[in-house]
Parts: sequence; structure tokens; C-alpha cells
Amino acid sequence: MEMTGAQILIHYLEDEGVEHLWGYPGGAVLPIYDALDTDAKKLKHILVRHEQAAVHAADGYARSTGKPGVVLVTSGPGATNAVTGIATAYMDSIPLICITGQVPTGMIGLDAFQEIDTVGVTRPIVKHNFLVKNVDDLASTLKKAFYLATTGRPGPVVIDIPKDVQNAKSNYEYPQEVEMRSYLPITKGHGGQIKKAVELMLSAKKPILYTGGGVILGDASDELVDLTHKLGFPITQTLMGLGAFPASDKQSVGMLGMHGTYEANLSMHNSDLIIAIGARFDDRVTGNLEKFCPDAKVIHVDIDPASISKNVMVDIPIVGPVKQVLTEMLRVLAKTELKLDQEALADWWLQIEGWRATNCLRYDKTGAKIKPQAAVEAVWKATNGDAYVSSDVGQHQMFAAQYYPFDKPRRWLNSGGLGTMGFGLPAAMGAKMAFPNATVVCVTGEGSIQMNIQELSTCLQYGLSVKVICLNNGFLGMVRQWQEFFYERRYSMSYMDSLPDFVKLAESYGHVGVRIDDPSTLQAQLDEVFSEKYKNRLVFVDIITDQQENVYPMIPAGAGLNEMILV
Amino acid sequence: MKHIISMLIENESGALSRVSGLFSARGYNIHALTVAPTEDDSLSRLTLVTSGTALEVEQIVKHLNRLIDVVKVLDLTEGSHIERELMLIKLSTTGDTREEYKRLVDIFRGDIIDVTATTYTVQMVGKSAKLDAFIDVIDSGLILETVRSGTVGVMRGEKCLHI
Repeated sequence: MEMTGAQILIHYLEDEGVEHLWGYPGGAVLPIYDALDTDAKKLKHILVRHEQAAVHAADGYARSTGKPGVVLVTSGPGATNAVTGIATAYMDSIPLICITGQVPTGMIGLDAFQEIDTVGVTRPIVKHNFLVKNVDDLASTLKKAFYLATTGRPGPVVIDIPKDVQNAKSNYEYPQEVEMRSYLPITKGHGGQIKKAVELMLSAKKPILYTGGGVILGDASDELVDLTHKLGFPITQTLMGLGAFPASDKQSVGMLGMHGTYEANLSMHNSDLIIAIGARFDDRVTGNLEKFCPDAKVIHVDIDPASISKNVMVDIPIVGPVKQVLTEMLRVLAKTELKLDQEALADWWLQIEGWRATNCLRYDKTGAKIKPQAAVEAVWKATNGDAYVSSDVGQHQMFAAQYYPFDKPRRWLNSGGLGTMGFGLPAAMGAKMAFPNATVVCVTGEGSIQMNIQELSTCLQYGLSVKVICLNNGFLGMVRQWQEFFYERRYSMSYMDSLPDFVKLAESYGHVGVRIDDPSTLQAQLDEVFSEKYKNRLVFVDIITDQQENVYPMIPAGAGLNEMILV
Repeated sequence: MKHIISMLIENESGALSRVSGLFSARGYNIHALTVAPTEDDSLSRLTLVTSGTALEVEQIVKHLNRLIDVVKVLDLTEGSHIERELMLIKLSTTGDTREEYKRLVDIFRGDIIDVTATTYTVQMVGKSAKLDAFIDVIDSGLILETVRSGTVGVMRGEKCLHI
């Protein structure tokens, strides 16, 4: 059927099964917005208040559902505003399609109004990007984009469409197939390597599973739980991996890394075998590489060969989709006649329980001020530990990761790689749009929330009844903490003066504002916030917390995993 | 150690910048880079010379393979290969040096392809090290201009880089 490029785009997105389009109009995408009005049947467009938020919202949708998020922005500033969101998705391997308008092809390179080299600007922060110069190529390019974004190691893909291409006509038919000679994602891990890995696992005396976001991206949670239970090994999860294995399971020793638990980091440091699954040995996880796990052999399962032996040398690399590899490991395990060294494992667990007994996440609960840890714990209670929780970046992010144990995958939405302040609220919008009946919480701070606070307006327009939990200590807390530890308490620019009255601000946006500053009413007030009463309202909860509280445990930069500051 | 990495890339605008962008973004060296179309219109052959430890070069190859526009990658230095580079070098030649440089060019099996009363332009093909050696024997004050193509190469025998 003959239609314009803009119509082709809308029809394609519907045929692809896209439900939501997050965007903001502008000159170079007007034909697309017109086609949205005339041609869209099921596709729902959500008008955000800033393009960065559109990308984070699509990202939150993708993280919580596993389906690609889709964004539509205009050329120039629309595209550059989207850049932070695209980079955020890139660092965490989130499947995302970002459609950007571009000035007409004849004007490209002439410094036209709102012209920017979008393909050039986004090149280092996308899995791939396209400039569509011919309308005949549009549908096949879209197909490639979705294929690239969602297969292999997922990631964002940008499609730049000049305005004249949006207006030009071509025949549209949904392309059923896609083939790219230079892109062949790996579908199967090497059988011999898997067998060798299982043999090494069975001979280990002090093994530990170290799992990351790849398990969630690869929908391999069930297989991971099964394997972990069959092996009986301790398991630690990265910030990105939380929820893939239930935190409440006794085999879980918690998160590892810079603000990981004592038992997780010491188990890693003292292990003789690390089984890394869908994790990438990030610097926030390893600490000083020279001191990293001196006695451990390493098995590494990852879909991206470039992640293997990048930071830490691997003994048994397995390149493949986590789900398939774990399934195969379970199969090999079921057949083998080799046995686990139960005696050694019992000793190992004894040692781990000793570390766990230090209760490294304890904190003072007696003060007159609300402790941020207590606030997160109270949110956990009020939501029965079953909410979708997004966070921004800073102390509150670490407190949320430490004190809101996740038992399910895709419940914890945070910018782990890029560390983007301003991510939390729009990401929560994405999750709420995907799961309208679920409880969605954004744990944030008074610094981060102001980086995308304008989205409170979007939330009102679309009835997104997110609960914003703002841990307000008046400081850029993580900056303040580092200044306290490493810069002799010179709190340069980390104090936030002249804060708005967040309760009134929420009210002026048409929402409910609640302030909590008394530890004795914390739980009751939060219970009310999450009660039926506010089920359909966005509630902004401004919790005044202890200004001096720090995130512990902590591994200072340059130290090893065994060199933690406890309290 | 020096590595010659040869690859087939999609003959599309932007493909080259994806490769060069990878090197700058990740802090890898490029000593030389050359790219041109092949007998297949849809493909270009890109050869680059880089250096690093075996581990670093392994990472470079992995990251190149990750680029969507890169179809195939081969580290020529891994096996027996032939490498060549073309150089055009313009020399200031007057008086005695004219005869001497003519002999030198012959010894290096180069060709003088342009002559004026005061200059020779020499064309020379060979391994990069040979071209370096030629430059070393010329009085640097007499070199007016040097243009080198960057190294290209193929594997010896039947082994080929093709799709």
C-alpha cells in the first residue's frame, strides 16, 4: 500500500506490536505527529516534558517488561536532549529504539535550523544507528533496528529520518524477515566449555556465583535459581542483577562491590572459583584489580565476547545466551557422575555465616532523625516487598539496593552503568504505564528529583500514580560522603540550599504531597501513602532524613574487596 | 607489538568513522589506516596498523567484530602474510646529490617518477620497515614531502579474507 514515510513509520510500529511511544514534537517530526493523529489505531503516544525523560521512560518500560522501549523526538535539541537517555540505556544494555527527526536531506550539512549530526553525536552510545535517506528503505531499516536492539547483547538503536523522507511516498509492507551478513548473534554456548565449567564447579571448595544484569536481560532467572539450588553455592548479585535470584533465599549473600555486603565481598575475595554469569567485572564491583580475588579461577558466561577477559582474566569463557548456557549446565549436571565436595562446601558456608554474622547493614535506630535506611525498610514493609522500584543516583540508590530486597527480576530499575541522576521518575513512569495496577515507587533524593521534576506534569496528564519517595537530607549525599572521607570534610558545592517546598510543589502539579520528619510516624504515614486511599494518585513523599548518614559498607577507590570500611 | 588488522566493512557512509571512533573512544592506537572499495561494490577493505599486548589486540578485534558495519576481521600478523606500503617522497636534489640519490633509489628498487632541475619525486613500494630505512639514509633536510599509503596486506597462500 502506498503511503508517506511518516505513515509507514506509524504502521510499522503498530505491526511490530509497539504499544507506547514516548516523545515530544518539533519541526522535523511534524509529518510523523500528523500521521500519528490520522493513522494510529492502537499506538499510544505519551507526551513528556523533556526529551531526556522520554528516553528514560521508554527505558523503564523496557527494563520492567523486557520489550523494547520506543522514543520519538525532533532534530537538533530534541536529539541532543535524548543523548543522556540513550547513553544510559547503552551502558546497561537496554533494548531501545529512538526515532529522531532530521532536517530535509537537501539541507543536511548546511547548518540548517535545528540541524545536528545525530548519527555522529550518538555513534559512541548506540549499538547501531541509521540515517534513512530513501523512503523505500524505511521499513527494512526499522526492522533491522528492532532486530539489533533486541537480540544478542541488547542496546539502543537510533534511526534518524529527514523530513523529506517522512513526506516521500513508498509502498509499505511489513517486512517479515531480516538478514544482516555482518550481524549474527550467538545462539548457543560451546558444549565442551560448558562441560568443562561444570566439572570445575563440582571440584570447587570455595565457589561463588556472581551474577549480573545479563541474567535479567536474558530472562534466565528461573534457570539461575534452579542451578544455584542444585549446586548449593553462595550467590552474590551486582547492582544491575538484583532480583534475578531472590534476595530472601538463604543462599543469597547480597550485593557485592563498592557498597556490597561484608559477606558478599569476603566470599568473593576468598573464593577458589568465581562463576560469573551475565556480569562484566565493572570497576565498582572489582575494586582494585590487582587485589581482586587472588585465589579464584574464573568461569565467565556472557553473550558479548568483548566482555570476557576485559578486566579480569577468565579461565573458562563461555560465549552464549545465559538462558541457553544455564539450561545446558543443568542438563550436564543432571547426567554427570561427579559429586559436589559437600564437606568443603559445609566449611565454606561456616566461614560465610561468620562474615554474615557481622550484620554489616546494621544502623543506629535510636536517633531523633529518620535514617534513610529506615525509610527504605519502611517502604519495603508498606509495599510488601513487591513493588517496581526505580531509583535515581546517589546515596538513596545504594540504600534502596541494600534495604529493599528484591525477590523477582525486572523489579529494580536503576541506572547502574552511566549513573544518571534524573533517571528515576521517568523510569517509574515507564513501568507504571506497562503495569498500571502494580505499585511503582521512585526512590530519589532532593538533588536527583530536580533533574527531571517536570515529569510530574506528565504523570498528571496520564494518571501515572507513581509514589515518589524523596530521601531529603539537603545534601548531594554521595558527593558529601566522598568529601567527608577523601577531601577532609570540605563540602564543596554539595549542600543544596534554597530547596523548594516539595509538598506544595507536588500539590501545584495536581498531586498529593506528604512530608515525614518523625521516625515514630514513618511507618504509619508510609502505610497510608501506599493504601487504597491513594491508589490512583501520585504521592510525593518528602522524607527529611539524617544529614550525616553515610552508605556502609564501603570499599574506597583503589582498595581490594577485603578492605572494606564497615561503619 | 605491531599488528596489521585487515577487515571487510560495509561500503556505507559512516562505516569508517565507526572504526576510527572505536579506536579513539577506547584509547587504542592507530599507526596507519587505509581504506578503499573492493571488487564487490558493497564492501570496502580497511587495513590498519596498531600496537599493543596480545590481550589488548584481542580486545580490539573483539570490539571491531561488535561493530555492525564490520563484516569480517583478520589479524594478518597472526599468520604468514605479505604486507606492502606505497610511498611518494619528494627530495631536494641539486649538484652531487642527484647522482647519489639516483643510485640509492636503485638500490631500494624505487622509481623516480618526476624530475625537475631541483627535485626528484621517488615512488617506492615495500614493507613499511624498508620505507623507513630509505628515509633514514636520506639527509632529512633534503626531504621536501613524504606521503605514505599506510600498510595493506594479504595472507600468504590460499587463506583469504572474504565473506
